[in-house]
Amino acid sequence: MSTTTATKTTTTFASALNTAMSDAMEADNSVVVFGEDVGTLGGVFRITDGLTKRFGTSRCFDTPLAESGIAGTAVGMAINGMRPIIEMQFDAFAYPALEQIFSHVAKMANRTRGRVRLPMVIRIPYGGGVGGVEHHCDSSEAYYAHTAGLKVFTPATVADAYLMLREAIDTEDPVVFFEPKKLYWSKAAEDLSTLREIYESRAEDSRKIGAQGQAAVVREGQDVSIISYGPSVETALKAAEAAAEDGISAEVLDMRSIVPFDEDALVRTVEKTGRAVVVAEAQGFVSVASEITARIQERCFHSLASPVLRVTGFDIPYPSPKLEEHHLPDVDRILDALDELQWED
Amino acid sequence: MDEPVTTAEPGHAKAEQASRIFEASRSFGITPEQYMLPAQQQIQMLDPEGTLIPSDQQGTGPGHEYPIPEPEVLLKAYTALVAGRRINDQNYALVRQGRLAVYPSSHGQEACQVGAALCLDAGDWLFPTYRDTVSVISRGVDPLEVMVSFRGDWHCGYNPKEHRVGSMSTPLTTQLLHAVGVAHAAKLRGEDTVVLAMCGDGATSEGDFHEALNFAAVFEVPVVFFVQNNGYAISVPLSSQSAAPSLAHKAIGYGMAGERVDGNDMVAVLATLRRAVHLARENSMPLLLEAVTYRMQAHTNADDETRYRDREEVEQWKRKDPLLRMQRYLTSEGILDDAVAAEITEAAEQVASSLRQAMTAEPAENPLEIFDHVYAEPTAQLVAQRAQLSDELQRTGPTQGEK
Repeated sequence: MSTTTATKTTTTFASALNTAMSDAMEADNSVVVFGEDVGTLGGVFRITDGLTKRFGTSRCFDTPLAESGIAGTAVGMAINGMRPIIEMQFDAFAYPALEQIFSHVAKMANRTRGRVRLPMVIRIPYGGGVGGVEHHCDSSEAYYAHTAGLKVFTPATVADAYLMLREAIDTEDPVVFFEPKKLYWSKAAEDLSTLREIYESRAEDSRKIGAQGQAAVVREGQDVSIISYGPSVETALKAAEAAAEDGISAEVLDMRSIVPFDEDALVRTVEKTGRAVVVAEAQGFVSVASEITARIQERCFHSLASPVLRVTGFDIPYPSPKLEEHHLPDVDRILDALDELQWED
Repeated sequence: MDEPVTTAEPGHAKAEQASRIFEASRSFGITPEQYMLPAQQQIQMLDPEGTLIPSDQQGTGPGHEYPIPEPEVLLKAYTALVAGRRINDQNYALVRQGRLAVYPSSHGQEACQVGAALCLDAGDWLFPTYRDTVSVISRGVDPLEVMVSFRGDWHCGYNPKEHRVGSMSTPLTTQLLHAVGVAHAAKLRGEDTVVLAMCGDGATSEGDFHEALNFAAVFEVPVVFFVQNNGYAISVPLSSQSAAPSLAHKAIGYGMAGERVDGNDMVAVLATLRRAVHLARENSMPLLLEAVTYRMQAHTNADDETRYRDREEVEQWKRKDPLLRMQRYLTSEGILDDAVAAEITEAAEQVASSLRQAMTAEPAENPLEIFDHVYAEPTAQLVAQRAQLSDELQRTGPTQGEK
């Protein structure tokens, strides 16, 4: 997605998200932002910083502290012509909203035969690696991806933070937008006005349904595919860099969107390399990584030179801050997996 | 008059909602507490015999005054009551014949059902529960479209946006928050839409009940929360559900006004609901109304009511039947005569007849439709799965109505 030129300024992941929202609010009066502390404070991560000041309390506002209330109110506002963007303060704080999300956000369009669609975005800061205490570091994407009717996006780059959030706001379907919180203050040589131009150059239809469902090859390689998404893409790229020193050419695929799920991109890379390692922070048991692995097995069986391996978090509740490094997939653990791919055969 | 309690602590600024309550209570010459708390007794206008209760014994008072609706409105309500009772009993019979998958009957609660629909303007919204079929039909939705879900054809058969009626579904009180959101969207656009949100007594224990009332009060949106207290949540009586003096008393905790009404008194139900809708619209604030009523039949056909209540209790409530009370009152007032009553009964009979015919016919189902509305644009996986089912259907022979 990103191309570097000498003139580009540095942009953070957080400001890309913030600008995506303010641009969307500027373009469409029906876009409103609400949640806990998103107004005056600008959110605990400051992702909504300045939106209330710029657009007023009717467009970006604090709610009472109740996540089901936030999600349920957003459903009603979407029924009545608005495009709400709601913020769940942390991954695990969204669980009180799960009934609204699973039973109504996901099902309203199907229940009403497409007569009532809910164009809303549920933003969730997720994942670990930031020294957070319990209930602040969950990778909860599988719960949502398992629920038919939801789209699930997770950007891994600054450019995608802007472009995918704009697309999430534009889509007629509800989107659960997972923001890797460890990337919030990451920077890239991206210029927001250039990203805005890229977005605006896209046809309206493709903004709604186009690139959001497509995975991206973020590093070309020949020998093995490392498939990842969200916060783990960065780790996968570092592992690929290290593997290159050992003479292994690894391709890295960023899924970007869990739903829609870009099976064809998955097939393309695995058929090309013949080997695959799937990397994700979430517990591996019954996970998105499991699904990716199963799809590779179904579609690429005859192209595979070795079993598909997963490098994921352990099947434990997220550990306390001093222990999280042992839980999270890191470069060494990915390199160990690469070593096991039956290279001699 | 008592001065409102104010807190001057930094960070404890008085909510603006409270000041609206103060303004309203001042205009009635009573304290905010007197305004928010329900009247001493439930509002009742007709006795069980259908005789008008003297105005000083109706439970009304300053700030709790409910003018009796005009005769033509009462006659319209009676027409809907007769139709509602007929629809309830027809559907109950269709379940027994195996024509409907399920039907949660509101037999005995029809005054609440009719009142909830008739108190609203065309531009307002109604958010019903799964037991509120008669409300939805009274609002103008085609009965056959409403019954689509109970026959098992699809989850929601009507277009919620056409009549401004939320989809009926079974999670409890989740729709109350949708009502708050609809009202809030309207308020942001400067529209004076009122939203009426229905739930039952058992549902007031749910977390979303609390969140919806709190959000509505904080957002200052015109939502009328209408609780049909029919005594039971399936088998569990209200006494096991809440220790509050009444469900209407919960209102004051949110900074809104609450009221209790005899839910089997069509005149009182309509009078209180109309007043609540008016106040909500005028002041842009929510209200809570509890209607005390009774579910005369089992929860659904799958329920055995004899396990949790005795026949004597049911018989006592039969004597408070909303339909008979209204009929006696309107007849004694000269609003209803035999000829008009016969016309109304005939019209209800025709609705029942059309329901019987439609529910007996085999629906033209399209199995492939199960894939068609999940997303605005289907995912590659759903396209593949749809093709798979289509292929299976072709191999197993044509299905009626399949595209």
